[in-house]
Amino acid sequence: MSDLQSPANTTAESNRAGGKASEDAPTEATAGADQPTATRRRSLLPSSTLLRHLLVLLIGAVGAVVLLETTDPFTNSQLATLTYYAIAAGGLTVLTGMNGQISLGHGALMAVGAYTTALFLSADEPLPLPLILLAAIVTATAVGALVGVAAARLHGPYLAGATLALAVGLPGLAIYFHDVLGGEQGMRVRAPRAPEAFESFISAVSGNSATNTKWLAYLGAICLLITYFLLANLIRSRIGRTWRAVRDQEVAAELAGINLGAWRVLAFVVSAAAAGLAGGVLALVVRLAAPSGFTLVLSLALLTAIVIGGLGSLLGALLGSALLVFLPPFVTDLGTGWGLDNTEAAQLAPFVYGVVLIVAMIFAPAGVVGSLRMRWLTRQAKRSAARASRG
Amino acid sequence: MQYFVNVTLTGLTEGMVYSAFALALVLIWRSTRIVNFAQGSMAAATTFIALALIQAGQSYWVALVVALLSGLLLGAIVERVVIRPVEGGPELNAVIVTLGLFVAIQAAIAIVFGSAFQSFPTPFGLEGFQIGDNRIALTPNSVWVIAAVLVTMALLVVLFRFTRIGLAMRASAFGQEVARLLGVRVGRMLTLGWALAAVVGSLAGLLIAGGEFVYPAYMDSLIVFGFVAAVLGGLDSPIGAIVGGLILGLALSYVSGYVERGSALVNVAALVILMVVLLVRPGGLFASSTARRA
Repeated sequence: MSDLQSPANTTAESNRAGGKASEDAPTEATAGADQPTATRRRSLLPSSTLLRHLLVLLIGAVGAVVLLETTDPFTNSQLATLTYYAIAAGGLTVLTGMNGQISLGHGALMAVGAYTTALFLSADEPLPLPLILLAAIVTATAVGALVGVAAARLHGPYLAGATLALAVGLPGLAIYFHDVLGGEQGMRVRAPRAPEAFESFISAVSGNSATNTKWLAYLGAICLLITYFLLANLIRSRIGRTWRAVRDQEVAAELAGINLGAWRVLAFVVSAAAAGLAGGVLALVVRLAAPSGFTLVLSLALLTAIVIGGLGSLLGALLGSALLVFLPPFVTDLGTGWGLDNTEAAQLAPFVYGVVLIVAMIFAPAGVVGSLRMRWLTRQAKRSAARASRG
Repeated sequence: MQYFVNVTLTGLTEGMVYSAFALALVLIWRSTRIVNFAQGSMAAATTFIALALIQAGQSYWVALVVALLSGLLLGAIVERVVIRPVEGGPELNAVIVTLGLFVAIQAAIAIVFGSAFQSFPTPFGLEGFQIGDNRIALTPNSVWVIAAVLVTMALLVVLFRFTRIGLAMRASAFGQEVARLLGVRVGRMLTLGWALAAVVGSLAGLLIAGGEFVYPAYMDSLIVFGFVAAVLGGLDSPIGAIVGGLILGLALSYVSGYVERGSALVNVAALVILMVVLLVRPGGLFASSTARRA
């Protein structure tokens, strides 16, 4: 039982829920996101979407506890890293997968969240942590709304270029306002100590020592579960359907009375909120908010995560984020094994991200989850066609 | 007054480089409707090749020629191998492929050449010319930069206006199907277009590197500036790219020259200019079409 398995149930269910595949199997990059809507088959799971997602949330929570209590402290900190990547990738999934807008600026939006968190925590009497993270979300959302208004008018390469300018430009502000934001060195973050309840909880569950690393990993996991629960519901709601309509059939959506611009801005705002929260968690886990933490490579890594997972699938975003965490140590070891020195080997990870982006777009634009889902749908379609011809 | 002249001269020199880079983006955009975000990394790669040659004792000019030729080759290979499969597909796929190239090439440079800061030589001096008692910000090197860009542009004009191959390239960009019916080898023309654009981009990379420190990510800002310049000009128009580059160069030079600690704000200024242009005049200053509306 692992943390990774929980959303697997979501996709399994949504696949189970959709019995029939359309004849024209979608081939675009975002097609993996399409949830089939057709006759529901018998299932042990609750039929209400909300209940189903709550069940998955519960399984995910149990899975997270089991995973964090059975692994060593180093893996715990890796999992903490995984949580903020996954939160940001989840937000990007909504934007790119659901709504078809690309963003290279999510690293910058994470920086907004991280700096907000660092600023609030540097106060003499810091606010309670949930409020601080909320502030990070609100600030990033505000910036995201600004960018979103501009982005709603753009598409494809224009949007990529504009958000690229954001990713390159925004960290400059931290250097310009170096009195407040610490310039190149950045701001040290004082992560708050774990509450007493957490320590008693850990000792009751596993008897492990409740270290601060563990507390931060739990904090990240809680944020991740809440974010994915909310996003999953959003994706399955009327809002999610409208986003897909805007993405796939602009003209038809407009004729149906959908205000394309407003919905695009909304998608940007939602994903910016997730990026802000991710930035806040990052600041806590890394204990530092510095411009060097929010380079273009971060934004491109997030893009890699959602592309390889399959655009538009939260499970894919989670799997892709896991790759971002567990791949770099692996390839770095491989690189030092080949005789590269440490700084050179450290560059192998971004190299792999780039190659993965290219290869995925050329050979499997729907990503891992999308490709599997598509294969499953094709098989279902064949089966139902065979059944129809027999009957 | 003298300060103003110097800031303006610096802006014009840098603007010329942005123009060249924007021109490279426009060349590719016109023929394949793809913005090549990997342009910066490709140019950085050829710059590092040149640097390796110079460090091995070759002259600047040999290194320049080899770098431009390797740019030509790199552009052609990139188009053939990774761009061809996504050409004409969903535009998001092409964007993601060029971004993948961007990060992959940048990391490859760091692996091969190391990520340390290295100084790049200039063929000419960096001391400003003396006019009367004043030393102005126009250096022999900036004269070389401006001349190199102007000569490149003139060569491109000659190529596109007065040669058969230029005509064929224009035809492939204008209407692939029609060009193909007229016997133009459209695929080859697209490859050639990417190769030429990569040469222009490499030249811009070498010029901006002169007298500065280079490191694998040193072109990150230039790709943004080139894109902003190209969008200022409308992304479709070579003249627009050149004018856009000059305007951007001047604007950024004034920001860093007149705002206190303004050099930290240059990237932000480029972002603001881009946002204003996209919101106020989405067609750019010289656009011939309204292609960018979603």
